[in-house]
Amino acid sequence: MSASAEAVGRRANDTDSEVGLWIFLASEVMFFGLLFYGYTITRINHPQAFADASAHTDLLLGSVNAFVLFTSSLTMALAARSLRLGAQRASVRLLAATLALGILFLAIKCYEYHVDIESHLVPWGDFAVSGRLAGGERLFFFMYFVMTGAHAIHLTVGLGVLSVMLVGVARGTYTEQNSQAVELAALYWALVDTVWIFLYPILYLVHRP
Amino acid sequence: MMQATEAILALPAAATPYADKVDGLFWALTGVCGFVTIGITLTIAYFCFRYRRGTPVNRKLPDLASGKRRSRRIETVWILVPLAFFFIFFGWGARLYYIYDDPPRNALAIYVTAKQWMWKVEHSNGRREINELHVPVDRPIKLVMTSQDVIHDFYVPAFREKRDVLPGRYTVLWFEPTLRGVYPLRCDEYCGTAHSLMTGTVYVMSEGDYGRWLASGSEEPTLARLGFDRFRELGCSGCHGPSSTLHAPSLAGLYGRMVPLADGTFVRFDEAYIRDKILQPAKQIPAGYANDMPSFQGRVSQQDILELTAFLRSLANTSPDVPQGNHLP
Amino acid sequence: MSTAIAEPAAPEPQSNYLTNGYSLWSWLTTTDHKRIAILYGVTITAFFFIGGAAATLMRLELVSPTPILMSAGTYNKLFTAHGVIMVWFFLIPSIPATLGNFLIPLMVGAKDVALPRVNLLSWYVFALGGCFVIVTLIAGGIDTGWTFYTPYSTRFSQTQVIYGLVGVFVTGFSSIMTGLNFIVTVHRLRAPGLTWFRLPLFVWAIYATSIILVLATPVLAMTLLLLAMQRVFGLGIFDATLGGDPVLFQHMFWFYSHPAVYIMVLPAMGVASEVITCFARKPVFGYRTMAYAIAAIAAFGFMVWGHHMFVAGQSLYASLVFSFLSYIVAIPSAIKVFNWTATLYKGSITFEAPMLYALGFVGLFLIGGLTGLYLASLGMDVDLSRTYFVVAHFHYIMVGGSVMAYFAGLHFWWPKITGKLYSESGSRLAAIVIFVGFNLTFFPQFILGIEGMPRRYFEYSPHFQFLNILSSAGASILAAGYVLPLIYLTWSALHGARAPDNPWGAKGLEWQTRSPPPVENFDAPPSIPERPYDYDPEAAEEARR
Repeated sequence: MSASAEAVGRRANDTDSEVGLWIFLASEVMFFGLLFYGYTITRINHPQAFADASAHTDLLLGSVNAFVLFTSSLTMALAARSLRLGAQRASVRLLAATLALGILFLAIKCYEYHVDIESHLVPWGDFAVSGRLAGGERLFFFMYFVMTGAHAIHLTVGLGVLSVMLVGVARGTYTEQNSQAVELAALYWALVDTVWIFLYPILYLVHRP
Repeated sequence: MMQATEAILALPAAATPYADKVDGLFWALTGVCGFVTIGITLTIAYFCFRYRRGTPVNRKLPDLASGKRRSRRIETVWILVPLAFFFIFFGWGARLYYIYDDPPRNALAIYVTAKQWMWKVEHSNGRREINELHVPVDRPIKLVMTSQDVIHDFYVPAFREKRDVLPGRYTVLWFEPTLRGVYPLRCDEYCGTAHSLMTGTVYVMSEGDYGRWLASGSEEPTLARLGFDRFRELGCSGCHGPSSTLHAPSLAGLYGRMVPLADGTFVRFDEAYIRDKILQPAKQIPAGYANDMPSFQGRVSQQDILELTAFLRSLANTSPDVPQGNHLP
Repeated sequence: MSTAIAEPAAPEPQSNYLTNGYSLWSWLTTTDHKRIAILYGVTITAFFFIGGAAATLMRLELVSPTPILMSAGTYNKLFTAHGVIMVWFFLIPSIPATLGNFLIPLMVGAKDVALPRVNLLSWYVFALGGCFVIVTLIAGGIDTGWTFYTPYSTRFSQTQVIYGLVGVFVTGFSSIMTGLNFIVTVHRLRAPGLTWFRLPLFVWAIYATSIILVLATPVLAMTLLLLAMQRVFGLGIFDATLGGDPVLFQHMFWFYSHPAVYIMVLPAMGVASEVITCFARKPVFGYRTMAYAIAAIAAFGFMVWGHHMFVAGQSLYASLVFSFLSYIVAIPSAIKVFNWTATLYKGSITFEAPMLYALGFVGLFLIGGLTGLYLASLGMDVDLSRTYFVVAHFHYIMVGGSVMAYFAGLHFWWPKITGKLYSESGSRLAAIVIFVGFNLTFFPQFILGIEGMPRRYFEYSPHFQFLNILSSAGASILAAGYVLPLIYLTWSALHGARAPDNPWGAKGLEWQTRSPPPVENFDAPPSIPERPYDYDPEAAEEARR
């Protein structure tokens, strides 16, 4: 058995995980891609209804959230970089900031959902809009809830990952030499952020006079 | 016995010129594919026999470089030859599809509504039938079809044609039967429990028989007549009528024509467009007109749209002055 | 090796992956790709026989044009169960997750897949999805057809559609994990010197399949999610009453499900290339072309989904493009058939069971592929789509193609996997019975389709009866054919004679290790051949004399 030397093929290493994560991200892009495709086709069929319905979304909350999330992307990138450069405490602080911004995003999103429900923008049940474009507007809000919901679920998963990273870096599990996990988390967080870059204009900015 | 075999192994009758064309393609495909299947199978069998282990034959492989060159050449041949055949079959099929997809303007329109699990047919004079379709021979027929529930598919094997019947949309299937007879009609999109019982019969009859058949049950007012009534009741005539002061187009003589749209494209003024304009008027605005028309979504039934469409059809050959309804029986 | 020579006093049976723990727990917590392959193998075998039972009942019912055994509702549930189970719980995982899992690390000279824990997780996710399907069956089944077309599936079906959707949705994640694992493994864990063009075609095929799995499966997951929401909440973008589009669902569904056909058939092509070269003792004809053909099929496979909607109200121009691309994707498949045939030329051919299955695969795949040309041709498809012609066509591809190839691979690598030999005569007999039964079952269905019998028909006009009886008779032979391997392979696993390390004299890396392989796959580094399939028919003849 001694002959089962290490040379026979190696175990997976960090680079392998990174390749794996990129492939996973490609898969995620297809996942959201289908939603964008569904949105596009439905919008082509109902241009006016989508423009009108988009005006019912809360531009202020959506924009604040965009700002919050983009900022969190910055702090996340800096956190990964700090760790790689050996600044463990800075990394912990930046990770905490990212986590806080992520939670803030979710809180604002929840409040926005609350406002939407209050103003009867939930497409099933008693819908605020009636008249000739009501059907199309319902479809808009259906896509609005599905897409932001799918995004929020991904963000929540990201928050879980970030918490593990935060504890890991604080305890010294992840260090300058062992920063792979944090960098992969940053990559995933970038995906969550990128999805919002696309969601924000197509949901909030369709037609603003 | 001979007859029994024929009944089991024969193509269904080809009742339209189009069906004959499809059969032409079918036999061409079958000829080529059959030849290839037999050819390759025999080649494999021959190689398996000749080069089975233990036979004293030359097995010397060419050296690597010349082998590569030779295999490139051979492969090029068996890429290009199939490709040539594929182009032929693509073009041939596309030509047939073009016919299938483009009903002639003078086709006789018959309205079909599918629901679980029956075919409801309505002729232009209001005569209705269920699970049966009577059509005159030697005349292009155009079925304008929609579904009240799930997706169905109108399939007549003798015409070698089918088209899905969708909810919320009109689809068209056209054919010109040249062979009188009785042909089965089948639903060919799975539609629930009794899908396999959603069958019917198509009767292709002489023009005279068809006329008599049509007249025998036409006590009811024609579809177009009913459509004219709807046209007034729903207030369409308020804008599209003669005394209208609003800037709305007259609809006389429009049916079947291409109309220019505000975005520079053209659309045919047909069943689908009429339906869209009634339900989603903002979608395709005609050039030169404002987006003023209200949607009738929720105010009109499937039946209303059918009748309105029949009315507008009946105006196809009138001068573009005013829809009056005077020309109607 | 040196220690083995130095200590000849310890000839105890060498430990291998099978002797590495005997408890159920050791199996359920294993991260060994070889054991996970066996877990998958057992699971999909169970599903194969459940799906097969459904098919058998359907064929029994169809002996008569009028009801004899069941109601229309039951029949509809049976063909749905058959489709869902066979597609997602047998065919898609069949070759990739069993043979692929077992062989990819061996063929690239690695100890395991890149992410062994993800690999185990994928099996659990698969089993969880399978549980949902079993629950669906127990709760009464689904009657939507495996295609779940809306609005029937969302508003009209009275059955447990949601459970079924959840089952398929969950299983999708196992596909993604498996695919991801293989891609990373092939990219990163190849042994030094094992360049891309030294890889066996099986690895190429699984690699291409994995890319489809990773990119197409999420589309299916999201589509089914949208469908489930429409069913639960009563509205969605496929809802015609709100101005949504039910055909949009078909586009989304086939965007996954057409590439899924290639998920099923590419690995089969890989297996055929391994087996045919081995038993012809000849290098594969046109190795590079074969590899490029695999890549081309995977790429073009993503662009032909619209050929399922030629009669669904798709625009003329969309149909033209999809028809054209469908012909283009047929070219690489045609190349593969020609090259397999050419591989036999000047070989030194023997006809062990794996070779019989592989030759059967080539013949049946040929017919399946050629009948695809009918359906790619627009005018012809308008007549034949959704008839029994289509049923016959895709069964020739999926059963005649994929299942035959799966059996070829299973028999080829069985000695490697289990370290046991199976009955040669029994296995040859089974291959022939399956081939005959298959053709008798499905060839009459081509004629039924041409004569205009729609698929999914519970009752049919009496003049279709003769061919239906023929088909059902074939199905009973086919069923018997499938039970035979279950018997002799089980017997072989329990009581079979010990297999040598390389019983076929095959050239792949996997044959350089012991049968069954040790836990870490290789005792000594495998030697990497200059080129794959380095067989020499003349030498093989010499060796025999």
